[in-house]
Amino acid sequence: MMNLSQNILGIEFTNPTVLASGIWGVTASGWKCVAKNGAGAITTKSLWNKEHCGHPNPTIISNEHWSINAVGIPDAGPEKAKTEVASYMADRPAPLLANIVSDSKEGFGEIAQVVAELKPDAIEVNISCPNVEDELGKPFACSVTDAAGVTEEVKKHTGDIPVFVKLSPNVNNIGEIAKSVVGAGADGITAINTVGPGMAIDLKSRKPILSNRVGGVSGRAIKPVAIRCVADCYKAVGPDVPIIGTGGIYTGEDALEIMMAGASLVGVGTAIWERGEEVFKKICDEMSEWCDENGVKDLSEIIGSIHK
Amino acid sequence: MSCGCKKNNVPKTYKIVSIKKETDQVQTFTFDISLGARPGQFVMVWLPGVDEVPMSVSMDDGKNLSITFFRVGDMTTELAKCKVGDLVGLRGPFGTNYSWEKGQHLILVAGGYGAAPMYFTANEAVKDGCTVDFVVGARSKDLLLYTDEIKKLENTTLHVATDDGSEGHKGYSTEVLEKILDKDASVFACGPEMMLKRISDICAEEEITCYLSLERYMKCGYGLCGNCCMDPLGIRVCKDGPVVSNDICRQLTEFGAYHRDELGRKHEL
Repeated sequence: MMNLSQNILGIEFTNPTVLASGIWGVTASGWKCVAKNGAGAITTKSLWNKEHCGHPNPTIISNEHWSINAVGIPDAGPEKAKTEVASYMADRPAPLLANIVSDSKEGFGEIAQVVAELKPDAIEVNISCPNVEDELGKPFACSVTDAAGVTEEVKKHTGDIPVFVKLSPNVNNIGEIAKSVVGAGADGITAINTVGPGMAIDLKSRKPILSNRVGGVSGRAIKPVAIRCVADCYKAVGPDVPIIGTGGIYTGEDALEIMMAGASLVGVGTAIWERGEEVFKKICDEMSEWCDENGVKDLSEIIGSIHK
Repeated sequence: MSCGCKKNNVPKTYKIVSIKKETDQVQTFTFDISLGARPGQFVMVWLPGVDEVPMSVSMDDGKNLSITFFRVGDMTTELAKCKVGDLVGLRGPFGTNYSWEKGQHLILVAGGYGAAPMYFTANEAVKDGCTVDFVVGARSKDLLLYTDEIKKLENTTLHVATDDGSEGHKGYSTEVLEKILDKDASVFACGPEMMLKRISDICAEEEITCYLSLERYMKCGYGLCGNCCMDPLGIRVCKDGPVVSNDICRQLTEFGAYHRDELGRKHEL
């Protein structure tokens, strides 16, 4: 079996799979359960600087091609984050990426400070959620200036904890945004957040199914978009900025494909529904097998290979 | 057991074909569809424009599916206003189900609306030659559910407990359970969590096989959102439950102690 471990930004990852933010991510016991099932790292659901209510149900719907979600980023606020992150870090079965969100630059600074004190392995900044636009307006990830402004603010409070900024595919030029956040101090990029937003309608009631009417699209259907976005980001920021490639990753071959586009780590979320919590281990086994069959000795041979 | 890889988790709306008023606050809606639900499984019930909540299935006989619900919150208050012919969205079934050996002795304990899924369980189990002791508990006689239906089941003995003694044993259903315990039986229970906790303690002490229907706040219903994870194992009630073996329940420090709301915040039971 091939060794899938990597040291990225000083963090030891036993394998490249990462639980994507928003999935199974509410409590420390949930994170631990996913880590024990083989995830190389865990990303929390977005942590707010204040209590924030989500949308009423239905919030998540899926078929074999896609999921659409408009959960609306519910969170109880910093006190819960402190308890849950501390509980996880006491065991730390895998590195923890604390995902943070807010509705203002200052709010991002506040939650970054709270979370940095909890010493997670890395912080991921969610500036790209597409299902709270009615409430919060266009995501920060849609503007070069806003994206860089939030990144700069977060970096003021995070010391030597690496910061990944999670980008939106729903922009004209994701490479330009990637370059702007890296210029503002981001240590890494996560690409991509959900696509769209999209909508699904129930025919008989003639109404949108999600209570929010629209939601971010994930799952198999978005993989080609994710691959292209990761390729664009890699091209824009170069090989020294690690990318967590996420979006429609279900199999080892999907993971290798997004790594060839430029990802060092691979986010997995929606695939848990179809492949179960064992999906992380399955993806790793499939990657190893492919690498063994194709004479690949180290993941560095794969990462960003389309650009070489 | 249910398959976690069901290919469609998008709700579809169906017309209510009949409505039965069970008590002042409880109704049963029937739809002329089957989702292939097994006893103990749940469906997500969507009222367009209002909300979607998990509800256990009170019958799925291959032709018709029913849900039985209490009017307790905003969603169920609106749902209770529906008439025959109105559209309600359903998706599922989700989660684990009760299972038994042919001819087994089962002791079912139901508190409150737990009587609905337990009746479904008994109805299916007697078809497999099971002998059923069915304990139904409620605060008083007028709140008892499904007792007439249970009386009609073959090989089934009904035991009633009411807090005020207006029918059957005066006191808790768990006290009745203690009197009729049988080492070779399996105990299944659905109802308020403090009742389940007591049953869990009794069955653990007596080393009796026991499965319990757990309930937690859910968003997706199929294992993605993580809202229904229980401490410290992180199991998802929607996927690894709602029917959970007592061996697992005993490891859940959260069981009988607290639950979490839609923001993930803890509340004591």
